[in-house]
Amino acid sequence: MATKPAVAPSTDTTISRRGFFMKLGIAFNALAASVVAVPIVGFLFSSITRGRANGYLSWVPLGKVNEFPEGETRLATFRNPYVMPTDGKTADTACWVRRVAGEQFQVFAVNCAHLGCPVRWFPQSGLFMCPCHGGAYYRDGSRASGPPERGLFEYPYKVENGLVTIQAGELPTPGAAIAELTGEKPPCAS
Amino acid sequence: MRIMIKKVGDWLDHRLQLAAPVREMAEHPVPRNTASWWYVFGSAALTVFMLQIVTGILLALVYVPSGAEAWSSLQALNHDVALGWFIRAMHGWGSNFMVAIVLIHMVQVFLFGAHKFPRELTWIIGVFLLLMTLGMAFSGQVLRFDQDAYWGLGIGASIASRVPILGPAVVKLMLGGPIIAGATLSRFFALHVFVIPGLLIGFVCLHLLMVLKLGINEWPMPGRIVRRATYEADYHALTKKDGAPFVPYAVWKDMFFAAFIILAVAACALYFGPFGPTGMPDPTVIQTVPKPDYFFLWLYALLSLLPPSLETPVLLIGPVLAIAGLLLLPFLSGEGEKSWKRRPIAVLTVSLIAITLGTFTHLAGFTPWSPHMNAWSSDPMPARYIEGSTALERQGALVFQVKQCRNCHSLGERGGQRGPALDSVAVRLTEDQLIRQVIQGGGNMPAYGKNLSPAETTALVAFLETLHPKGQAPARDASRDVALRDENQPAAKP
Repeated sequence: MATKPAVAPSTDTTISRRGFFMKLGIAFNALAASVVAVPIVGFLFSSITRGRANGYLSWVPLGKVNEFPEGETRLATFRNPYVMPTDGKTADTACWVRRVAGEQFQVFAVNCAHLGCPVRWFPQSGLFMCPCHGGAYYRDGSRASGPPERGLFEYPYKVENGLVTIQAGELPTPGAAIAELTGEKPPCAS
Repeated sequence: MRIMIKKVGDWLDHRLQLAAPVREMAEHPVPRNTASWWYVFGSAALTVFMLQIVTGILLALVYVPSGAEAWSSLQALNHDVALGWFIRAMHGWGSNFMVAIVLIHMVQVFLFGAHKFPRELTWIIGVFLLLMTLGMAFSGQVLRFDQDAYWGLGIGASIASRVPILGPAVVKLMLGGPIIAGATLSRFFALHVFVIPGLLIGFVCLHLLMVLKLGINEWPMPGRIVRRATYEADYHALTKKDGAPFVPYAVWKDMFFAAFIILAVAACALYFGPFGPTGMPDPTVIQTVPKPDYFFLWLYALLSLLPPSLETPVLLIGPVLAIAGLLLLPFLSGEGEKSWKRRPIAVLTVSLIAITLGTFTHLAGFTPWSPHMNAWSSDPMPARYIEGSTALERQGALVFQVKQCRNCHSLGERGGQRGPALDSVAVRLTEDQLIRQVIQGGGNMPAYGKNLSPAETTALVAFLETLHPKGQAPARDASRDVALRDENQPAAKP
């Protein structure tokens, strides 16, 4: 390290004209940066803030009640209510509809409660099985075996004018709004 | 002609003034014994990275980062655009090679003690380069917007959703919306093409600059101890006494290996072809068995084998600990022995990690934890198990297939491996135990009580009772014999 130039440390508290403009320049840039930062951050986090305002969930019809035979579980598909022009096929969503009896239904997300792979329904053994990590669920969606810590996610449903309608719009993951809407059922609830 | 070239060169250098520093860089002295085949992996990683940039730009000429069109633009690359398949294959194989070479480079650096003083920061930047390389591998897999990519994103989102409190927000930030869709692909495209490569280029430059400034790590000699006070002077003395200019003394090996790697990538691309795309990213097609790319297979296995209660802590805390450990390593062992011959714990750690990752990757190749979705309808019943059986037993074999028992239990080595093979189940379980297990489940088996009529259960258990090796009697409950005898005998002998 070279020794410092022999300029005596200044005790002068006044600042030079150049020093002042330099500081002013920094302050001006800081102001500009924070003005621009607001829309940038707002844009970056828009996918979160829109969800907070509940802009994602809405009621979607799945089909007529009599399309789902009593006591059976059928795959139904719907178009996600929140769509962007570039979504293509990805906005189409599948769900398992179980008509328990009359107008009593259970509508399950196809996404395994473990890590989201699509579960398949096996009517013969009355099980949903997951191809990824080996999760299995009973016909009422409760956990049968494997790594999942809970039962299948259920969409809230209502029957209106003979149509089965569900509240959907978000990828069902633990912690998503959809998971909160219907609480976990005790195992073997039905 | 030669005079002309020299004139143009002089004109340029008068303005650029780069010739002197470049010559100095090329001819800087390196310790003689670092001109070794062990020291070629860093430059090989850089070579593959440059290859990835070139093939990546070529792919971007045709690829469309739109949820609706990405998949068909890849089909066009594979089938319509001349040599599109080859560029895709080069980029895919280049990615695998890059991850592999970066890992090998890291192991070599660690075993040769190159992370020690004064090269700590070079190591730390290297750790970030590894993370970015893995980030490129994952985001690249997403851009191959097929079924595997779609459900792989679902797995990523499910993992992210487990972050306490912030989980749901992190998922929406990652997906760019409420579901995996066009916005998700667009943001992974931005990551894969702008953000991570930009960072990578910057960090690679820093990494190289430090290698030049601090000098390449000398060949580690057992007993030559690194001390902060003396190391730098020792190193300079070594390069003076036993050094040679990097160009041409050491560089030819780097060049040979770089060319070999490029040819190897091209050969793999030519022979194996491009990766996918697999089925269309249509979430309503659920007949799919998603699997991650090779370098994430170990994670796929880990997620299947961890006990449920440990999963979230391991997923969320594990990566933090692993990365912190790698970053802190040069501070925890910044001095001392460099040679792997005197660092048994280092060698054992590397071996243990390699064996663990290798085992998980191997297991993920045949996924013994997943039910075989089609085993019940496609795997035939071995003839020897139904030969000479009664009507009831044969009915039981039918129940066994129809109720999908085969999806998890193999017979004659065919069927799922989720549960135990049942070829000799009658030796392990008595009739009563079989009935209990079928009806109530347990030990990770679902209960079938509600899905089997009493007649079906009787038939199924009668069939299972026949599954024992020849000459080995099925398990019997001794007390049951006594109970039955006592029940019968009083009547016969009053």
